[in-house]
Amino acid sequence: MTATVHGAPSASGRLASGRAASARPFYLEEEHAHAEGSSTYLGFWIYLMSDCLIFAALFAVYAVLGGNYAAGPAPADLFDLELVALNTTMLLLSSITYGFAMISMEKRKVAETQMWLGITGLFGLAFLAIELYEFAHLIHIGATPQRSAFLSAFFTLVGTHGLHVTFGIIWLVTLMVQVSKRGLVPANRRRLMCLSMFWHFLDVVWIGVFTFVYLMGMLR
Amino acid sequence: MSAELNSLHGANVHGHGAQAHGAHGHAHEDDHGAGHASFGGYMKGFILSVILTAIPFWLVMGGVIEDAQTTAIVIMAFAAVQIVVHMVYFLHMNLSSEGGWNMLSLTFTVIIVAITLAGSMWVMYHLNTNMMPVHDMRQLP
Repeated sequence: MTATVHGAPSASGRLASGRAASARPFYLEEEHAHAEGSSTYLGFWIYLMSDCLIFAALFAVYAVLGGNYAAGPAPADLFDLELVALNTTMLLLSSITYGFAMISMEKRKVAETQMWLGITGLFGLAFLAIELYEFAHLIHIGATPQRSAFLSAFFTLVGTHGLHVTFGIIWLVTLMVQVSKRGLVPANRRRLMCLSMFWHFLDVVWIGVFTFVYLMGMLR
Repeated sequence: MSAELNSLHGANVHGHGAQAHGAHGHAHEDDHGAGHASFGGYMKGFILSVILTAIPFWLVMGGVIEDAQTTAIVIMAFAAVQIVVHMVYFLHMNLSSEGGWNMLSLTFTVIIVAITLAGSMWVMYHLNTNMMPVHDMRQLP
């Protein structure tokens, strides 16, 4: 393990192609894993930022169209803030339980990690169930997406967030299966870390939704 | 040799302390991304966000402030603070994570989001105003 080899500018480039031919396999392995892990998080973060732009566009649409009721129901006629408060609680609790899963993961406790992931998934499901109940109720009383521009924008924005949570739960279940099969190997830890960012990011978007759509809607 | 490793991996590239890498030099991988998780940090973030969520709901549901405009401004301020709290305590954002690129991309996104939101509302508000049939039709040539 010499410092000169490590410092050579083309060392990492040669690594990827010529691992078998190398005389220093133990060293190359480590370097490879390091490079892969470090770029994943930045790349995933930039993906989240692009997702943020999608939500920005949907929030802008809601801001522009949110007042066009077409002589239909307004937010104050439709929204039940107690239900939204319950929903928000579920998502907030799922964020903290995912945090506990990350702490267990760093201690390499597989069973504990799985338990916290499971609880996170249940809170996520509770959030989705409440949201679907709300949507079903709105559609039942005739406040469908095609009723007015306000309702179209509302269902698109809140529905897109709900879709993100749905895919987050599918991803969570997939990772729980992966962890149960292979344990907390570096690849699985990296995946759990990416889902952690995704999950917390969804919570950040929900802050915008409950403030801008629900609370401000009731003030209109 | 160990010191050279630290200077290369620890200080220059990732901005982590040299001590952390000195202790377990081969475990760089764990120190990236959300690797700075701690129970206290998560609990602090959770308690703060519960408070920052409860107050806006209380303000609106209880009708605490008479003026709707004032209430709107206050709850938007609470949302902004809560987003920062989530970024710091849950997403572990800081100036040095990923060598500053995290914060750079976040800054870029915030600017674009601000332009999208403010620009859309500004343009559409003026469009609506000017499209209204407020003209006196008898004065047209």
